Amino acid sequence: MTAPRDATLAAFVAELRTIGLPVTVSENVDAMAAVLAMPVTDRAALKSALAATLVKNSDHYGAFDLVFDIFFGGGGPGPGAPAGPAAQAGPDAPAGRGAPGGLAGGGAGVLTALGDDDLADLLLRAVAAGDQLLIRAIVAEAVTRYAGMEPGRPVAGTYYLHRTVSRLDLARLLRRLLASAEAGAEAPGAPGPAGPAGASALDRRLTADEYARRVDAIRAEVEAEIRRRLVADRGIEAVAGTLRRPLPEDVEFLNASPQQLTALRQAVQVLGRKMAARLARKRRHHRRSALDFRRTIRRSLSTGGVPVDLVFRKPHPAKPEIMLIADISSSVAAFARFTLQLAYAIRSEFSRVRCFVFVDGIEEVTTVFESAPDMATITRHINSGTGAVRLDGHSDYGMVLESFWDQWGPQVRKRTSVIILGDGRNNYHTSRSWVLKAIRQQARHLYWLNPEPARFWDTGDSIISEYARHCDKMVECRNLRQLRQFVEDLD
Amino acid sequence: MSVLAAGLGPCRARLAGYSRVVEAPRAGEAQRSLGSPELTAQGLREVGYLPSERIASVVYLGRQLAKPVLVEGPAGTGKTELAKSVALMTGMRMIRLQCYEGLDEAKALYEWDYKKQLLRIQAGQAAGATGATGAGAADWAGLESDIFSEEFLLSRPLLAAIRSPEPVVLLIDEVDRLEVETEALLLEVLSDYQVSIPELGTVTATQTPLVFLTSNNSRDLSEALKRRCLYLYIDYPSVEREQEIVRSRVPGIGARLAAQVSGLVRSLRDIDLKKRPSVAETIDLARTLFLLGAEEVTPELAADTLHVLLKYQSDIEKAAKELAPGLPA
Repeated sequence: MTAPRDATLAAFVAELRTIGLPVTVSENVDAMAAVLAMPVTDRAALKSALAATLVKNSDHYGAFDLVFDIFFGGGGPGPGAPAGPAAQAGPDAPAGRGAPGGLAGGGAGVLTALGDDDLADLLLRAVAAGDQLLIRAIVAEAVTRYAGMEPGRPVAGTYYLHRTVSRLDLARLLRRLLASAEAGAEAPGAPGPAGPAGASALDRRLTADEYARRVDAIRAEVEAEIRRRLVADRGIEAVAGTLRRPLPEDVEFLNASPQQLTALRQAVQVLGRKMAARLARKRRHHRRSALDFRRTIRRSLSTGGVPVDLVFRKPHPAKPEIMLIADISSSVAAFARFTLQLAYAIRSEFSRVRCFVFVDGIEEVTTVFESAPDMATITRHINSGTGAVRLDGHSDYGMVLESFWDQWGPQVRKRTSVIILGDGRNNYHTSRSWVLKAIRQQARHLYWLNPEPARFWDTGDSIISEYARHCDKMVECRNLRQLRQFVEDLD
Repeated sequence: MSVLAAGLGPCRARLAGYSRVVEAPRAGEAQRSLGSPELTAQGLREVGYLPSERIASVVYLGRQLAKPVLVEGPAGTGKTELAKSVALMTGMRMIRLQCYEGLDEAKALYEWDYKKQLLRIQAGQAAGATGATGAGAADWAGLESDIFSEEFLLSRPLLAAIRSPEPVVLLIDEVDRLEVETEALLLEVLSDYQVSIPELGTVTATQTPLVFLTSNNSRDLSEALKRRCLYLYIDYPSVEREQEIVRSRVPGIGARLAAQVSGLVRSLRDIDLKKRPSVAETIDLARTLFLLGAEEVTPELAADTLHVLLKYQSDIEKAAKELAPGLPA
């Protein structure tokens, strides 16, 4: 592979910018210089050079990798893999059904002659041995055989992926792999990633993990193969357009998949820490305390009784308290998952966080957070019927606010920050917004984070502006970027 | 897009000149070991650091483009170690600036040695008292230019790296601990390799230092800083690489034990833990098992030595339960 032309690189950078990566002009220039500076321009070197200069945030690597694969072919099993087959597959991959697989030279002919079961067996052996080249060839054959790709259709290929993967039956493949590993362990000498013999529970576990990973890699390989063929069929830019996915920080909480939410976990932890740090800093710079009379007089002795230096009382280290009240009704289900993640992250930094969840009743879950070792346990507890659902499971903000006020109102103090997370869709119940007014009078801050796009506020049964009147801040919080902004603006 | 491509034409032309400047002759050793990504990788391997291909490429690019390298990643994946190894490999001196909240100019850049300045003034006065009085104004001008000369300047790490006559490796460690405002201190050094001192003028580097910045990502660094750097994210290594690391760091360890340890650590990293085990802890575990004379990791041994890897009681209990359901925690 020779160095790509300027036009390709420019289009590549343009695509990154379209997705939302902040690539500045000087970074673009650096990228050019880096590509020129690499002595050998194979695919991996090109990727290193571009990644080092264009991507400055590890969260963006996923998006970068995808665009890179589209623009520069391949999508290999790893950076160390030879670039040969990838380069071949780029230009002459078959565009449609029935075309011969232009991959792996003469081996492809043998593969096409195999029956479906034989192909599955071969794949099993290839995975067990970890033979990346063979796996690639088989995947290419499988895509040709099962995906049923039709040229010229502007699709993202998820359907092709689904068809290929379901025909390959990866779940069964994994089961067979594990079974053969068990058998192999009893008859030592069989290949296995953790080595032969002496199979204990631990070994089995490690082997299972290793195989699960390899099978996942097949799925990724199928995806890459389909992508390569789509690119060959419709051209780079068209495919890039169809495959465009939001960056992690732009993923909307309301439509996020569980995988996307898990991917956000790291970022959420950082945010939780930052939130704690913000409040702590406020604590330190606070300079509005009363005069320390005794120490002022004591110090005035050195200036002949004239109080030149006034001494103030050291501010009490105010311990900020947070009350997090989260809507977990079905209309904001994905957001609720995220909310809990955030609460969990803040909790690990901050001891004085109290968490409440509600639908049409409200329940305190602080103790659950304390005792549970991880998020999964918490979610399970909350799902297994709690006080959060009282009647019909339709959210009733008015009712919830009033019962919060009745039970915990006196515990809202001057140093308490109350944060409510919800969409304010009240199912046409009464709003009882006087509760918010009362909370605001007592608390230090009252914030409301709303996961709904602002243009939907006050439509249908949303009565958000009625609540907004009583909050210090009502912010749209649809994605991580907006949440980050909110934390940034915290005073 | 066409505008963009056209706009880059002149840039490339300028860059051609740029890279020529960088390729000027430098210390022979550095020339050899940073000559290409492969040589860099080989050199690093020789000093006991096993780089991935990405790491070697970025270190090489850092030298070629004369740009600082910003290294991010989870704790204990060898970010600081990388800078140390590069220094060792090239035979350059390493200058280290450890960042912390409250670091200021006087500790990072330079400071006037005011005690020495005072002494100089007093010495001048003493000389003046014995000798003839007169020409006071001229004296003062001479004295002022004297006490604000390089002799009275205390170099702190950044200035020291710039002033050093031989090429050095400058490590700016845990840059995310600086406040956003203090970060700006670094910008001049990072982009132009120079320091402006009001009384003296601008000190420019004669030898471009190799600069590494590390960050644990506890906060987002400013765009201005990131723009000036090459970015390298060091994640937990792949199981094969980790195995190699274990074998190089614990000489004499059996292949099977090394494979098991790295496999075990990899599985642990997939579990939702408070703190995931780092490479440093992997090596600790391997060393522990090696010293215990273990040939392989049995479930009992794993349960007994988990505390080497995990530092929270809740994590240990959870991991023990996950790895071998039948065992007591």
